[in-house]
Amino acid sequence: MNEHDQHRMKQLLQQALPPVEAEPEPGRDLWPAMLRRLDAKPESPPLFSWASLDWALLAGLVAFAAFFPASIPVLLYYL
Amino acid sequence: MQNEASNVLNEFRQGSVAAFETLFRVHQRAVYGWILRIVRNPATAEDLTVETFWRIHRAHARFQPLHGFEGWARRIATHAALDFLRTTRLETELPADIPAPPTADPAVSAELRSKTALAFQRLPPKLRIAAILSVVEEQPGKDVAEALGISVAADKLRVFRALRLLRKDLASQGITP
Repeated sequence: MNEHDQHRMKQLLQQALPPVEAEPEPGRDLWPAMLRRLDAKPESPPLFSWASLDWALLAGLVAFAAFFPASIPVLLYYL
Repeated sequence: MQNEASNVLNEFRQGSVAAFETLFRVHQRAVYGWILRIVRNPATAEDLTVETFWRIHRAHARFQPLHGFEGWARRIATHAALDFLRTTRLETELPADIPAPPTADPAVSAELRSKTALAFQRLPPKLRIAAILSVVEEQPGKDVAEALGISVAADKLRVFRALRLLRKDLASQGITP
């Protein structure tokens, strides 16, 4: 894509998505909603998450390295 | 005056809700405006503003007063908006309450504008944010890069990739912009 194409695409995008007004304001006072959020009970962490997958992967790698110590340099190489 | 602002930031860092409310009231408009530019829907922008300040409140201990509040808040707002874009289904219609372009180019038909807007929504969220803030909203490159946590050069690259993908998408529909 050359510079002319880029310029043309920028123009087209500006026509398709007009910019928002200079200083938009929320339609309501958001502080009461903020207070409700602050007072809300903190959500309990999900039982299954990517973080738990990360830990499981790490545990698997450690176990693998413990059973096959010769693989440690290979694992380190790919880290 | 500057001392007062500095005190508020320090008190916020220590977890004061009063200082948090002061910061909320001072910065909510700017945060709302920044998010609205990304998500382009006033109701969603309001919800995400509350979500952003909730994240700000949770992270108060990590705040560095020396680096300033505005840039930090903008960065958290951008991430909140990015999370929203990642989890939201592709919308088929754009909200009607966003103002129309003041000077619509007669050479660009309404159909082309609509197809471009829809193709834009199909772009990966990271590219969409970079393009909308830099090209449509014409925000300073430094601010956009800072908000995305990348360099100015990386931001320019994202904009270029967004435009290239957009052109490819339109070309696949038989449209040569």
